[in-house]
Amino acid sequence: MSVTPYIVLSSILFTIGCVGVLTRRNAIVVFMCVELMLNASNLALVAFARQHGNLDGQIAAFFVMVVAAAEVVVGLAIIMTIFRTRRSASVDDASLLKY
Amino acid sequence: MTAFWILAPIMVIAALGILFVRKAVHAALLLAVVMISLAILYAVLEAPFLFAVQIIVYTGAILMLFLFVLMLVGVDASDSVVETIRGQRALAIVAGLMLGLVLVAGLGQISLGSGVGLGSANGEGNIQALANILFSRYVFAFETTSALLITAAMGAMVLAHRERLTPKPTQAALAAQRMRDYADKGTHPGPLPTPGVFARHNAVDTPALLPDGTASEASVSRVLAARGTVRSAPALADDIEELQRQIGDAPHAGRTSPAAASSEEEQ
Repeated sequence: MSVTPYIVLSSILFTIGCVGVLTRRNAIVVFMCVELMLNASNLALVAFARQHGNLDGQIAAFFVMVVAAAEVVVGLAIIMTIFRTRRSASVDDASLLKY
Repeated sequence: MTAFWILAPIMVIAALGILFVRKAVHAALLLAVVMISLAILYAVLEAPFLFAVQIIVYTGAILMLFLFVLMLVGVDASDSVVETIRGQRALAIVAGLMLGLVLVAGLGQISLGSGVGLGSANGEGNIQALANILFSRYVFAFETTSALLITAAMGAMVLAHRERLTPKPTQAALAAQRMRDYADKGTHPGPLPTPGVFARHNAVDTPALLPDGTASEASVSRVLAARGTVRSAPALADDIEELQRQIGDAPHAGRTSPAAASSEEEQ
């Protein structure tokens, strides 16, 4: 069984996540697209672990999941704080650093 | 590969759906589809531990966190379609297509062969083999992970915590304030009037009528007034003539038929 289709699928998902981060305006949906990109890279790591008969890739995917969990917790707390002060979850409204 | 060819189109369609759906809740549900399909692919790729972790951590914890935050932020906080940077959306789509083309074409150039498979690496089981590596070669990274998780928990608590700047008003203070408002501004100290309930319409979006026949503003919720969904009480009575005519025409107890009734009147 070749893992090439898995790698292609993972790159397609990564691309979709990328476009989502660039085009969507809702901060939470942008965050979901970041999660999609992390998941896509995880799929590539697990597929290559199988390709090489080596479990290091699965360990790397495991660490990516841990970091993603921590990132989501802090990121969603930041979104909540911004929403509380500015009454908006749009990434365009948090532009105070521009001025 | 059967599982892959079934799941891959579902995942790509669901991921594309995240780009195009308007509501954030729908995007979260589509992301759940992608994540559960990914978990099944992990199982196919001989990673049973990651299969369980993907479902428990990603689908169970992270997505539920997303849904909780969506609930707090407001479910219908949908995207605005206004572009702040002109042409940004088109450029992003072009750049994304190019990235996808480069990745897929580049991967098409290489041939990976049939692969080794994890049969020997897994040995007496995937979880035991993973634990062997995790607690020997990667033990420092594993310990650092605990520091990261504690920092994240602390950060979330600090960010989500809101300091109370004024003391919480007691019931006695609220009652005193109410009487003070009555003395100073003449605000009614009692509870608000209930909404009007009429024979034709029994929902709370109908204002109560004051003795002079005008609608009382205080009797409907401010939220309904802001949304503009408050019904006009006099409008409910607009078609009363029409109704009376229909009732008068309709056959009901005591009369056999309209024709018989009219013939009786003629006599």
